[in-house]
Amino acid sequence: MDIKDIIKPENLVYSKSKLFTDKALSYCPGCGHGTAHKLVLQTIEEMGIESETIGVAPVGCSVLAYEFMDIDIQQASHGRAPAVATAIKRLMPEKFVFTYQGDGDLAAIGTAETIHACNRGENIVIIFINNGIYGMTGGQMAPTTIAKMKTSTSPYGRDTAIMGNPLKITELVAQLPGVYYCTRQAVHTAAAVRKAKKAIRQAFENQKLKKGLSFVEIVSNCNSGWKMTPVDSNIWMENNMFPFYPLGDIKVPTEK
Amino acid sequence: MKGNEAIAEAFIRAGADGYFGYPITPQSEVLEYLMAQKPYETTGMVVLQAESEVAAINMVYGGAGCGKKVVTSSSSPGISLKAEGISYMAGAELPCLVVNVVRGGPGLGTIQPSQGDYFQSTKGGGHGDYKLIVLAPASVQEMADFAKLGFELAFKYRTPVMIQSDGVIGQMMEKVELFEQMPRWTNEEIKKISPWATVGKTPDRERNIITSLDLDPARQERHVYKLGAKYKEIEENEVRFEKIQCDDAEYIFVAYGSSARICQKSIEIARAKGIKVGLLRPITLFPFPKKVLNKLADQVKGMLTVEMSLGQMIEDVQLAVNGKVKVEHYGRVGGMIPSPDEIVAALEQKIIGG
Repeated sequence: MDIKDIIKPENLVYSKSKLFTDKALSYCPGCGHGTAHKLVLQTIEEMGIESETIGVAPVGCSVLAYEFMDIDIQQASHGRAPAVATAIKRLMPEKFVFTYQGDGDLAAIGTAETIHACNRGENIVIIFINNGIYGMTGGQMAPTTIAKMKTSTSPYGRDTAIMGNPLKITELVAQLPGVYYCTRQAVHTAAAVRKAKKAIRQAFENQKLKKGLSFVEIVSNCNSGWKMTPVDSNIWMENNMFPFYPLGDIKVPTEK
Repeated sequence: MKGNEAIAEAFIRAGADGYFGYPITPQSEVLEYLMAQKPYETTGMVVLQAESEVAAINMVYGGAGCGKKVVTSSSSPGISLKAEGISYMAGAELPCLVVNVVRGGPGLGTIQPSQGDYFQSTKGGGHGDYKLIVLAPASVQEMADFAKLGFELAFKYRTPVMIQSDGVIGQMMEKVELFEQMPRWTNEEIKKISPWATVGKTPDRERNIITSLDLDPARQERHVYKLGAKYKEIEENEVRFEKIQCDDAEYIFVAYGSSARICQKSIEIARAKGIKVGLLRPITLFPFPKKVLNKLADQVKGMLTVEMSLGQMIEDVQLAVNGKVKVEHYGRVGGMIPSPDEIVAALEQKIIGG
């Protein structure tokens, strides 16, 4: 059979969101960022809000998110995406605004901006990718690195007595009255992807209804930084990350 | 009105869309005035007290990236915190207004007036090759007027504009004539004025990206050259200064802001003694009035820069006159303000007698 006989519309089983640009993703093969990008873009596409959405990219592996997302987007300085998004939303309340941030960006250098944007209840969506490591700079210890985990700056494993404890920022912000919806998801299996997609959709719908801040953590792998194959990294994530960062909703809206 | 109140009122009247600030002495009246006026109920201007100066400048970044007229104000230690964000905005070519009501440093320093931030304003402050347009008001009137002018220049050149005031100008009360309320730009006007702004990608155009990052060195070089060309254009077109009693002058004071006000009294005292002295007041600290100073150097016997610092602007004056005449500095620091008599004495000792 010739390849031309196979490439037919009726044989199409998968296509990328039309909101992806044609630029090849800069992420390592096996990394969850690509899937997380897809879910955000699919949500925007399905809601038909691409001309009303402004994204905010961080500093970290996803610093170049604006290269891949075919929407208007701002790239913020390290950790400041929630402050940037605050102003965009306040000045254009009719638009949809989201940030896409990694754990170093959101939970270390940007802790203050994260907590205060959450506490003010800014009507935005925060997508938080937690892979427990600084991926872009080459695998250093992150605020979310779990105890005993080896990184290039904790080469013998994270000794919490010296290096402090991993930060559960999602549980922390869930305490704040401004946070309307707070959930922790993953994108390493088809079932997880479906759940994560639903959570992201929920977050954007909340923004549409002006409910306040929606915070979606995605626990993801960093096979390069963890020095594992993609498959091993996902197994390691299930065995080591999920017990400390259990998946599921942390704060769900209770309508009266 | 107080200088700080006048500039706050001028933000509203200039049709600003947003102010993002954090309290710090001696400029907290700006945020206080805006919160009391509640412009969000009249013009629709957003006023937000941020969690830090760092957050405030990044809010300005976000707002400016949407083509909005946005502004922040602070005082010296706070401006140091904003310096990173200002560098990003210069790199991303975002128009905005940053007001520095300067207090004494270094460090936490003092809450009293100073002009010790001249280098920070004009030579960088943040990292990388960039310049700010720096306006130096010397009266409450100019605090108000420069808010409007600052926005005009910021959008004309797509660059952050700094208003470098000081604790004297911010805190003192003077009569001021305020300009009429200007309407805020509509969404359609913003799309026309700033077609690069991130306001939502419509099918009729490519997506807009606000960033200061380009990992391709050849492209980044072209970008920095483009910034350089812009700064050259600003140097050619936007030099502003005031000459006071320079026509017959044998000596010149060079001073800006509150020091320039004090020097006007010093001129009276000196002229009563028979010393023919005038004042060249830079209004733009960048672009610096180099040409007029170079020309004045052909006419006078010496120049005294008067600045509430250890001597920062003097370097630009020396470069401008290029060795033609003697240039000396007189200043007080740490929040102390020079008296008119002290300045005349310094002129006599350092320039006339020196």
